[in-house]
Amino acid sequence: MMNDKNSQKIVDIIQNWARKHSIWVLAYGTGCGAIEIPPTMTSRYDAERLGVRGAATPRQADVLLITGYLTVKTMKRVIRVYEQMQDPKYVIGFGSCTINGGMYYDSYNTIKVLDKYLPVDVYINGCMPRPEAVLSGFAQLQKRIAEGRANGAQQYKDNLEWYRANQKKIIPNWIMPDYNW
Amino acid sequence: MEVVLMDILGAVVTFLVAFVVGMTYGGLSRKITARVQNRKGPPFYQNFIDAFKLGSKKSAIHHGVMHHFGPAFLMVSSVMTLMIVPVLTHNQWFPNLNFQGDLIFLLYVMTFGPLGMALGAGQTGNPNSAIGVTRGLSQMVGFEIPWVLALVALMIQYHTTSITGLMAAQAHSGTWLMFSSPFAFVAAVMAMFGMFRYSPFDIVGAPTELASGPISENGGKYLFVMMSSGSVFTFAKLTLYVDLFMGGADNLLILLIKTFALYLIPVLYGVTTPRYRTEQAVRWFWGWPSFFGLLAILQAVFF
Ligand code: SF4
Repeated sequence: MMNDKNSQKIVDIIQNWARKHSIWVLAYGTGCGAIEIPPTMTSRYDAERLGVRGAATPRQADVLLITGYLTVKTMKRVIRVYEQMQDPKYVIGFGSCTINGGMYYDSYNTIKVLDKYLPVDVYINGCMPRPEAVLSGFAQLQKRIAEGRANGAQQYKDNLEWYRANQKKIIPNWIMPDYNW
Repeated sequence: MEVVLMDILGAVVTFLVAFVVGMTYGGLSRKITARVQNRKGPPFYQNFIDAFKLGSKKSAIHHGVMHHFGPAFLMVSSVMTLMIVPVLTHNQWFPNLNFQGDLIFLLYVMTFGPLGMALGAGQTGNPNSAIGVTRGLSQMVGFEIPWVLALVALMIQYHTTSITGLMAAQAHSGTWLMFSSPFAFVAAVMAMFGMFRYSPFDIVGAPTELASGPISENGGKYLFVMMSSGSVFTFAKLTLYVDLFMGGADNLLILLIKTFALYLIPVLYGVTTPRYRTEQAVRWFWGWPSFFGLLAILQAVFF
């Protein structure tokens, strides 16, 4: 029955509906943008009413929130965190720094375009984006999940070699401990 | 044969009711917390959505056999507790396996799940899990003392070690044990704070400090099992309290009112208090709650 195309479609719709309304966020506070996360989560903007809530560890999270610039040093940790997350998983790039380097465009030790290293599903622009923008980013992600278009994780798996090559280019001593996905 | 089939069917019904009620209570507690913090909060059925999503996530984690068994242990212990606690008095849909001495048995069963979980968490090798487990076991040592004192007081006072015996005693005398053994009730309710692990006793899974402690390496389906077992366990514990101290319930509505009233105590206390440190929590349990437990024993022996 599960192989039947139509029933699979129905299951997908239901599952995507649940995924859309229950987004557990791992806010990786890499850059200054992380300061906008507390107001988004607390009384004023209350993201929990949309089903968005914080997760404590990568194992439990659905969304990896990259809040701002990523230095080469943190990049390694971020990759590891991303690969420890369980499918289906999404990445939100937060702030101009993740899009094109932002005000750190000429810095020697931050990455410029996050999309080359991790598959980003939704970008939120602004330096830094206000909570309204963050919420609209989540709404965008919800829309993409519902439509079944938030498949960054699949992209990452399919193009793993390309991503790995890019990652290894900026991380010279690539020593990752063993872990299973 | 008919009877056995009925019992199995009844057990399934009991489980489903416990699951739904426990999940809803969890969602309501999130809603209440949100309202206290002046937020709108998630809908009360948010926990069902979360559970469904967790169940539909893929899990590709392997840390060893015990890690897979941890959540299963929790589930087994919750279901065993649920099966022993009489849910409704005289109702064919809610059978229970009570016997003489089930109150003592229950004391063991209720600690069995966390211990299995502790083994599972230990095997993940995550330091946060290890710290969470030591904290959880210390807290258990803390609240078990007033809890056991309260139960022993009841056993001495009414010369029975079975839950149905205590319920019969209440039905016979017409007063709830809450009023005839007030000290035991107070001690048991204070112990309940530790059992439910709401703030200030959420030292086990402190999310910002320990990254959720013992469950930090568990995602997806593991969390789903834990969440459902937690819901079932919540319902079983609340029902046990209602049976012991509030005379049980004849129908589901009365049961829901009584259990929810009890459930509000740890929830509301939790939203207004910050987290204790481990030794503060243990000291708290060995202070007034244990004192009330001792008073309850004195009352049982001398009056
Ligand atoms: S986009 Fe602006 S606020 Fe965000 S990390 Fe970069 S510099 Fe900071």
